[in-house]
Amino acid sequence: MYKSQQVALKYFAAAIVLFGIMVVAGLLAATQYVHNGFLLNQLDFSITKILHIDTMILWLLMGFMGSIYWFLPGELNRETEGIKLAEIMFYILCGAIAIVALVFIVVQYGGANEFSMWFINQGRKYVEAPRWAAIGIVLVVAVFCYNIIATTIKAKKVTGIMGVLIVDLLPLFALYLIAFASITNMSEDLFWWWWLVHLWVEGTWEVLIGCIMAFSLMQLLGTERRIVETWLYIEVALVLGTGILGLGHHYFWIGTPGYWLAIGGLFSALEPLPLLGMVVHAVYDAGTHRMKTTNKPALYWMMAEAFGNFLGGGVFGFMMTLPQINLFSHGTQWTVSHGHFAFWGAYACGILSVIYLALQKAREIAEVNGGRWKWGFALLNLGMVGMVGALLISGIAQAFYERAIGGSTLQAFIEGQSNMWFVQGINARLIFGVMFALGYGVLVYDLLTLGKRKAVQPALLRPA
Amino acid sequence: MITQDPSFWRAGAISSTVVMSIVLIFLTVDSLSAIAPGGRNVPRYTVINQAIDYQFDAARNRSVPVIGGEQLLFGRKYSEKEAQALMDKGKLTIQSRACIDCHTFFGNGAYYAPDLTKAWLDPVWKQMWMPMTQSNTREEAMVKFLMDPDKYPTWGRQMPNLRITRVEAEAIVGYLKWMSSIDANGFPFGFKTAETQ
Repeated sequence: MYKSQQVALKYFAAAIVLFGIMVVAGLLAATQYVHNGFLLNQLDFSITKILHIDTMILWLLMGFMGSIYWFLPGELNRETEGIKLAEIMFYILCGAIAIVALVFIVVQYGGANEFSMWFINQGRKYVEAPRWAAIGIVLVVAVFCYNIIATTIKAKKVTGIMGVLIVDLLPLFALYLIAFASITNMSEDLFWWWWLVHLWVEGTWEVLIGCIMAFSLMQLLGTERRIVETWLYIEVALVLGTGILGLGHHYFWIGTPGYWLAIGGLFSALEPLPLLGMVVHAVYDAGTHRMKTTNKPALYWMMAEAFGNFLGGGVFGFMMTLPQINLFSHGTQWTVSHGHFAFWGAYACGILSVIYLALQKAREIAEVNGGRWKWGFALLNLGMVGMVGALLISGIAQAFYERAIGGSTLQAFIEGQSNMWFVQGINARLIFGVMFALGYGVLVYDLLTLGKRKAVQPALLRPA
Repeated sequence: MITQDPSFWRAGAISSTVVMSIVLIFLTVDSLSAIAPGGRNVPRYTVINQAIDYQFDAARNRSVPVIGGEQLLFGRKYSEKEAQALMDKGKLTIQSRACIDCHTFFGNGAYYAPDLTKAWLDPVWKQMWMPMTQSNTREEAMVKFLMDPDKYPTWGRQMPNLRITRVEAEAIVGYLKWMSSIDANGFPFGFKTAETQ
């Protein structure tokens, strides 16, 4: 095994730990919706929410980086350049995350001054990490970019997937620099913040996971390079062709000009197209191999990624993206429903697929199957679908009673939150959240014991 | 067949990305001028010296902010420089207390607490908080609530005490007043202010 792949396994381990913290923080936040006063003035909702969403971003980012460190040596037939530096940066990143989490939990808030921005909490959703930690993330991503570009240069070989990956790294790195901004004007602040959040998540991340899935398909099903590269280009053309101006659906209501209503509505309505293409691609490839593989969980998680991305990102996004609907659905639990489904489908499932693939090779397991992974798969996916459905019910009730009828005043907000359908949805979300947490437990147990539960014959790995 | 040739789709990927990026850059330049304080959609910070309302405009078929005559905040008139300083402080307070991780601004943020886009115009200040806090003005009621939210519980879900100082609370109130003057294309829909009620 390459050193790069050993580093990848460390990234995967850290990603799974952060996944767990995300689940715990999510359960706490969900409980705060159900039980008023739960942890009030001790660990307020804002803190559990920050822990929930920031660990989500970080575990997905670490999953992406681990995936690339895993596939890179195989793609270029050589060790990753500067991999020792990458390993050092991994430990620095883990240390920084631990310190930031402790500060969030213990210190929580600072005064209205620059010290708070640098050392406590920047208070901007998803990028709350204080600036010193944000600098750390920039350095880690810079080393990651260096690893990939330098290895490609040394290998004197640019495959189609590597070409897309390298071009994608530039905006991935540059957009994160927006995390440092502190703009007084809220409209302008949100304008740039959405460049970061949307163009990362619905642009560079989509392309990144497209590259990772392309690597996976070749390893998992032995799909021809020509086919995966063709699909990757189609995906990039459609993702960026629709997603760049699809950014406009975040500019409907922040003070920006009215033309964004038409532009954002049109292009974001087209955003499901590449996601539908991914479903067609995955089903076609799996079908031509009659679902035969030596790594069932990896294949099933990859299929979950394709369908989850299309349904969660595409269909659920489309459902609320036209301005006529978004005027009422925006900023309600409807958005939360879409957000959960989209992040889970588009990214989390794909990373879990790669982790199963990597562990098969790292532990030299001839065939990965059995019953336990199915429990993890079922509990996690049913838990997620349950949460998404429950939040959708709450969100539609909120959009109707608070927004359409009530007019979004404080009184309307309270009436919306007290509405029977809203309350039932929010209660059901917690129940399905517990189911999801159980699934996480089974997943971790399965990953820890994979290939260790009974003696397996080491096998020379062929394409899985 | 040409559609099975990766280079055909590579050309499509590059061209669509480049074209869309160029369009985005042009729109960004125009949007930034519209949302700068004093731009087409966002008033200057000194608008806090004036009365602000939010009324339905039949011609545009949506609600729009309406800027009226002088209505001082905390009984004082802010100069351009003072208003800028107040807004800087207000935004820093909002960020340092991570307000956006419970509330929403223009619908963006968390969804645990009410949207603050037009909070300054909410009739609840006059109806509930002014009597509850024994304040003569809306801004005074808001300051008292922000400094000691646990003293003034309104419903089951309470705002935590974030150790907000008097200076910070005044800055937040000023910020919310300015924010309520921004034209957000009719969001929030049907918001009834104290005046329109």
